[in-house]
Amino acid sequence: MTRVTISAAEIEDPTLVDEDQVRQSPFWDWEFALDALPDMLLAFLQVTLVVTVVGTLIAAVLGLVIAVLLRVLPAPLAWVLKWAANFIRMTPIVVQLIFVFWTFMWLDSLTIGIVVFGVHYATYMSEVYRAGIESVPKGQWEAATALSMPPVRVWRKVVIPQALRSTVPSLGNYAISMFKDTPFLIVISVAEMVTVAGQIGAPTFRYTEVYVIAGLIFLAASYPTAVLINRLEKRLAYAH
Amino acid sequence: MDFFEDWSDYFEVVINWSDRLLDGLLTTIQLTLYGGALAFVIAIVLGLMAGSPSLWLRVPARIIIEFFRGISLVVLLFLLLYVLPQIWMRNPGLPFEGLVRNTFLVGVLALGINYGAYGAEAVRASLTTVAKGQWEATTALSMSWPHKMRRVIFPQAWALMIPSLSNLWVHLLKGSAIAYIIPFVSDFTAELNNLRRPTDIWFSHAFIGLIVYFLLALSITLLMQLLETRAKRRLGRGAPVRQSTSADQPSSTATTSGGSR
Repeated sequence: MTRVTISAAEIEDPTLVDEDQVRQSPFWDWEFALDALPDMLLAFLQVTLVVTVVGTLIAAVLGLVIAVLLRVLPAPLAWVLKWAANFIRMTPIVVQLIFVFWTFMWLDSLTIGIVVFGVHYATYMSEVYRAGIESVPKGQWEAATALSMPPVRVWRKVVIPQALRSTVPSLGNYAISMFKDTPFLIVISVAEMVTVAGQIGAPTFRYTEVYVIAGLIFLAASYPTAVLINRLEKRLAYAH
Repeated sequence: MDFFEDWSDYFEVVINWSDRLLDGLLTTIQLTLYGGALAFVIAIVLGLMAGSPSLWLRVPARIIIEFFRGISLVVLLFLLLYVLPQIWMRNPGLPFEGLVRNTFLVGVLALGINYGAYGAEAVRASLTTVAKGQWEATTALSMSWPHKMRRVIFPQAWALMIPSLSNLWVHLLKGSAIAYIIPFVSDFTAELNNLRRPTDIWFSHAFIGLIVYFLLALSITLLMQLLETRAKRRLGRGAPVRQSTSADQPSSTATTSGGSR
């Protein structure tokens, strides 16, 4: 099977831009901007948001699984899992995307993007959950043991509900981080918003409008979410 | 090429290309060092501004920080790469044209600005974490601002901010892999991709790449841990004191903790 992907040499070379053409055209062209907007918004909704939402769901669930496994697995296995998670966390998502893209040739690049983002961020979120689990007071564990609760029930009914509470803001921050990392998908040619922006701009070298719009969309989506998470964090801190 | 049949050919190719791979590695290290240095300067300046009581300093700092944190690294990179040079194209004769057209510098700039904005938040947060009594004492002694920063507040904040800065530096190293898409910059990831063509078995190269990045990230965390130990020792605090003061937090020295960006 053959893969077609973008490489450094195939991306527009800024020094090859026809500078006379640039000089004669206006710096900002409203008509061009309005024409580009629908395609970019479509890519935003169909790819960027989908990757962020599904990736966050995978990361949130898998992160919790990793955090619990680190506590319940026998020591050697937990050690292996810990370093596997560290390895994923400390290597670039760009290289991971490329690695999975060329290793699992039968998968389509959108699926790869979602899974790689989900697994990469799961290793971050597992740290958040780990801290949350550690913050559950020892007395809770002792009380559960005194009541001779089975371990699964202790986790499900006692520890995890208490551990999750304080983790919500951090998980939200990682969701925003993931959102802002989605343009990395350009390396496996997924048509997310910034890639589409480049494709729209390339034929006429008009990049000003498309990249400014892309930046504004990122700001418009991530800033209010960050403010909301900040407020939630403060409210949770008061409630404690 | 089948790896298990032709492994000797395979290693021959890797060895033949090792010069290029090392060049790419050097570029990645340079991006990480220069980008990290720029990010550090930006983080300190913006962090001090955002933590100052003056509205005239705080508001602009907040706007700059939120802007560059909210805009994605890739978008920032493309704006610097494709939109910024237009100003020079339209106004021939402006100074610094060579700098704007140097794509390596543009990469350093994008990494430095983006992670510097994240770092500013860490600097500001650690300034506010320094015990209030310390601030009050400097006021009581009527110390000048540079004096109290240099002698009292900053050394304490410095010990607090190192773990976050360490995480951010690792993030910057990982983010530098996107230099792969910058024209004329052949970083380690770009050279690995070039290696895919002569050998046809990409997965093993990408795996070499992952291991190399992992080792680089480990060296950064170890280096920063040394710095943290030193900073604490200079404050006359051993590790046990700090652990007892922050018992409810996960150990800040955990080598690989993600931290918040």
